[in-house]
Amino acid sequence: MKTEDIFWEVYTALSANKVRSSLTILGIVIGISSVIAMVSIGTGASNTISSSIESLGSNLIQISPGAQRMQGFGASAGRGGAKTLTNDDADAIATEVLNIEAVASQVSGRYQVTAKGTNTNTTVNGVTSNYPEVRNLEVAEGSFISDTQNSSASKVAVLGPTTRDDLFGEGAEGTVGQSVRISGMEFKVIGVTVAKGGTGFQNQDDIIFIPARSAQRYLSGDEYLTTIGVQASIPEAMTQVQADITALLLARHNLSDTAQADFSVFNQNDILSTASSVTSTLTYLLAAIGGISLLVGGIGIMNMMLTTVTERTKEIGLRKAIGAKKKDISAQFLAEAVALTLIGGIIGIALGWVISYIVNLTGVVATSVSLTSIILAFGVSAITGIVFGYYPARRAASLNPIEALRYE
Amino acid sequence: MIEVKNITKTYGSGEAIFQALKGVTFTIEDGEFVSIMGPSGSGKSTVMHILGCLDTPTGGSYMLNGKDVSKLSDDELAGIRCREVGFVFQQFNLLPRTSVLRNVMIPMVYAEVPKEERAARARLALEAAGLEEKFYGRFTNQLSGGQIQRVAIARSLVNEPVLILADEPTGNLDTKTGEIVLGTFQRLHEKSGKTIVIITHEQEVAEHAERIIYIRDGMVAEDSRKHVRRRPKYTHTL
Repeated sequence: MKTEDIFWEVYTALSANKVRSSLTILGIVIGISSVIAMVSIGTGASNTISSSIESLGSNLIQISPGAQRMQGFGASAGRGGAKTLTNDDADAIATEVLNIEAVASQVSGRYQVTAKGTNTNTTVNGVTSNYPEVRNLEVAEGSFISDTQNSSASKVAVLGPTTRDDLFGEGAEGTVGQSVRISGMEFKVIGVTVAKGGTGFQNQDDIIFIPARSAQRYLSGDEYLTTIGVQASIPEAMTQVQADITALLLARHNLSDTAQADFSVFNQNDILSTASSVTSTLTYLLAAIGGISLLVGGIGIMNMMLTTVTERTKEIGLRKAIGAKKKDISAQFLAEAVALTLIGGIIGIALGWVISYIVNLTGVVATSVSLTSIILAFGVSAITGIVFGYYPARRAASLNPIEALRYE
Repeated sequence: MIEVKNITKTYGSGEAIFQALKGVTFTIEDGEFVSIMGPSGSGKSTVMHILGCLDTPTGGSYMLNGKDVSKLSDDELAGIRCREVGFVFQQFNLLPRTSVLRNVMIPMVYAEVPKEERAARARLALEAAGLEEKFYGRFTNQLSGGQIQRVAIARSLVNEPVLILADEPTGNLDTKTGEIVLGTFQRLHEKSGKTIVIITHEQEVAEHAERIIYIRDGMVAEDSRKHVRRRPKYTHTL
């Protein structure tokens, strides 16, 4: 039996039972599209989280006040909640810990900001001059805060592009030199940063930078810091730097062991690896959910094929009587099953792509459909067809022509 | 030429053993038109299955066109059925939802006849079976019983087999249509000298053939010829 003859038979058989074939295909469509969509959402979430963590800066160690709770995201809830880190702590780290490139102190808070009648509520970050270096930030226009401005607690501000848009209008130029009022006090705009992109949970561009000393003096009114960012000179030194900082701060705060620590030290790599293990687990979970629907779809195929074989027993008998060999019959029925899954697979890939595109449009997660997941889904659908079509096909092929022709 | 020698067929085993054929011997020359007759349970269906290579005998030998086909495997038998035997059944002869032409072409699909030749050969066969051309494109469920049997005859001819085997070909037809179908067999026999074997339980149907082999209780009870052609008339009993 030639390939084109098999195609003809498959086409005739499937089009003879359009509704049944479509419903069976639908099962596979749902299975394949959910695998594609779920995996793309998982991969997208994982990419988003990784890139937003990486954009925080390289070789970054972050010290936050408050008790150390757990690795990963949970701890950030305590950030800024307690007041235990001081300017002196930051200076001590800079002078006493080895292998440090830069130390960036930070005082953050949310304040009402106004300019020329527009107003917005945004994050105001009191930072030091080395902040751009530590946090991978670039200035698009004007300049960043200098050491002099910090030590003299000048009322100067650098705007994030989103805040600039909110206050002065979309893409406004010549903002440098204008002034904004933060919590009622006037600050002069000296620069605008380059967009970092809205990634993940927060918009990193909706922000205003002012000197750390100014933030302490005019906004928070005390000597405490909300974060100390430390950049290690080489990635290999991160663990050592983290340990040294912990030891130094424990000594400075008169605490005997880490369990009592009133601060927490995060290593960016820890966050990244925790996050990626969480997201890859999430991706597996989502793929497993999709896989279950694919399995159900496959069983649907087997069910349809078994019904078809029973229904067409006489036809099989006739075909065998007029000269069909076992392999002709099994090829015909196997091809039917594979055709169902392949059609379902193609539609499923398209549908999965559309779902992932729509999810992307909602802006919740930047999904990405990978070639691997398409090849995987296609391969799986073909294998599903072969696996679930094999048994019915073999059953059809092994029918005895005499009995099959007599079958009622 | 068909040579059946001392064929036996038993079904089951042990206590439930049943001997359907108890030693059947006959020879059918090329170009003969033979009826195999017998009441139900006589073993004529078993004879038909063995002649048509749908089944193999338990004992004895069956030479089809000089080839011993009594001990072949399932797939080898399928190959013989494909090229050497043309079947016409009592019912479910044609594939539903399929055109007449396609139905006639199916044996050629299994015989791997080149695609270009198929349609022409199918048309010739349909012409020989006496079906009008306007029906060739029709689906088989739009045909009458007589037309269906003529399509089946065309299909049985299409691979130019050694033997055309018809199992109760008029069993589902009224007398008049049955006559037309039997007439088609007779015409094929006279015009193209095909070897035709009809299995039936009806005397009137069997009478259309030149020779009648009666099977009773798994044995040949009588072998009679209407017209003496090659050999003198004789009766064979075992």
